[in-house]
Amino acid sequence: MQLEKNRRGRELRVVLSGELDHHNAAIIREEIDRELDGSVKLLTLDMSGITFMDSSGIGVVLGRYRRMSESGGKLRMGGMSIYAEKILRMAGVLALLERK
Amino acid sequence: MTKNSMELSFDSISQNESLARSVAAAFSAQLNPTIGELTDIRTAISEAVTNAIIHGYGNDPAKKVYMRCTAEDRLLTFEIEDKGKGIENVALAMQPFYTTEPNLERSGMGFSVMEAFMDDVRVESELGNGTRVTMKKSISAVREDE
Repeated sequence: MQLEKNRRGRELRVVLSGELDHHNAAIIREEIDRELDGSVKLLTLDMSGITFMDSSGIGVVLGRYRRMSESGGKLRMGGMSIYAEKILRMAGVLALLERK
Repeated sequence: MTKNSMELSFDSISQNESLARSVAAAFSAQLNPTIGELTDIRTAISEAVTNAIIHGYGNDPAKKVYMRCTAEDRLLTFEIEDKGKGIENVALAMQPFYTTEPNLERSGMGFSVMEAFMDDVRVESELGNGTRVTMKKSISAVREDE
């Protein structure tokens, strides 16, 4: 699992690569939440490098969506595979997300 | 084809979620599944193994998770078993969004994903004795990408 963070002003862009399962979800959560100090108003999760995702991804996405909403910010998703979209759609999360 | 089967046991640690789905996918390859079918299998195995580790064993690394895979004709059968605490109410646990671990950002969608991605999912559980999830997947005879 690789995670690349890029902060520009009030935007935090995170590029995720590898497999998003329960094992890696904890690492991703910790790495992203460390940066979310309230000054980040746009969190962009670039999923184009994700080669596998199970329902652990729902928790990661929904948890970050809640954190951004609580601080008046937004979560934007990019690069989702059809499989990732299918899982997020099942949980009703896809409809909440801003996508580019 | 003739029947073929394999068994694997591994420690109840989260690193082995990846191992389990890789082994299941490698075993499935003998039926020449599509990439979509393989992704379905990997995802469902990951969900069942994660449940065993988190819920069955409460992340106790001293415990073992068991996986059995069988291929017969075009049908794959996977059994994921733990000898952990068991599920009190299986029907409730299989409801979408039901989770006992909301603080860990568990979505409660694991069984729903298994049911969506496999043809048949059966859960047998006994309090104090563990849980066995049996999943079946038919592999299409003609590959979609050919």
